[in-house]
Amino acid sequence: MIPAPFDYKRASSAAEAISLISEYGDDAKFLAGGHSLLPLMKLRLASPAVLIDIARITDLSYIKDAGDHIAIGALTRHHDVEYSSVLKQHAPLLAHAAGFVGDPQIRHRGTIGGSIAHADPASDLPATTLALGATYVVQGPNGTREIAASNFYKGFLESDLAADEMLTEIRVPKMNGAGWSFQKFNRRAQDWAIVGVAAWRRGSESGVALVNMDNTPVLATSVSAALASGGSIADASQKAATEAHPSGDNNATAEYRTHLAKVLVRRALETASA
Amino acid sequence: MKIKITVNGTDTQGDVEPRTLLVNYVREHLGLTATNIGCDTSSCGACTVHLNGESVKSCTILAVQADGTSVTTVEGLATNGVMHPMQEAFMQNHGLQCGYCTPGMVMAAISLLKENANPTEQEVRVGLEGNLCRCTGYHNIVQSVLACAGKK
Repeated sequence: MIPAPFDYKRASSAAEAISLISEYGDDAKFLAGGHSLLPLMKLRLASPAVLIDIARITDLSYIKDAGDHIAIGALTRHHDVEYSSVLKQHAPLLAHAAGFVGDPQIRHRGTIGGSIAHADPASDLPATTLALGATYVVQGPNGTREIAASNFYKGFLESDLAADEMLTEIRVPKMNGAGWSFQKFNRRAQDWAIVGVAAWRRGSESGVALVNMDNTPVLATSVSAALASGGSIADASQKAATEAHPSGDNNATAEYRTHLAKVLVRRALETASA
Repeated sequence: MKIKITVNGTDTQGDVEPRTLLVNYVREHLGLTATNIGCDTSSCGACTVHLNGESVKSCTILAVQADGTSVTTVEGLATNGVMHPMQEAFMQNHGLQCGYCTPGMVMAAISLLKENANPTEQEVRVGLEGNLCRCTGYHNIVQSVLACAGKK
């Protein structure tokens, strides 16, 4: 399958990319690693008239210790997130989860920013950065703004990004020794999660987010509230799907997804608390 | 759009539509047909090549994205008629049945050993998660990779 015809533009800086997207508007899409967008284009589920290739903006590929958080350039590949010694030390949950995205070939191309901007609720990194309380930095014609991950996801493949804005950086708070776990339940190794859970815990504090349990990634705040008020893992995990509205598909009914979420949250919290 | 890609050490030039996939550039523009198209949806790994030394799925990369890079296909592995050690290991360990997945398997396996020269059997299996063998001949594929890593 070959995508429908489109014009191809290449941006060498974030400013140039934003200028180009402002020029072409809704007909244009940013192309980073392309591993979410190109499959959609081959299936004619997306047919942008213009692709703006941002993958060569090399100064947006970095992982830096920024004091209380780690700053990750949006064009950093999953492979580089997975193998980052800085992330393994300060945000090991994110490095670990990145190793579950697709397969090695996909991780050599796909980027963390592309995955988050695509806002697929079945993707691993939107939920993982949500659990970690990340902040996303976006750049537009009028400068930059910061969006909390908890305010970013608006619907299926929909985010708070305006049409002329580009995600440039992901800021992940340091985990400071918190226990953590990433649970991914699927039938085949490289598939999306049927249900996934990213969780961390440090004393009474915790963060738990769910993959593929709604049309956005879900922050399971009821689970964290139950733990904070002294509830057991068994009791807290029963609240796993409180904020979620799962749907059914070929892999699982909504009822089965709800069951899986409770089981996987319990497993994740047991690991994170060990 | 005019592009330049170094393929198997040789500079190539093409004038392609932006929607041309890298796998089609390699197969149809250059006539290097060892790289197979399998699922065409970045699932099966039959189209795996190396882009700047790393395994990628050439059905999900535009040729224009690869402009200025160095690509290696399975045709570029042998030197002076001597097979790459991974090819030799696949032959010695019967790491193929119908052979359709083999070019992609070999390219993925070489990239895997570059990142982890001393993998366990489990690490080989996980490392090849992006490549499907519809003959289900995984056992000997894994043995081949372990043999190439000197573990068998």
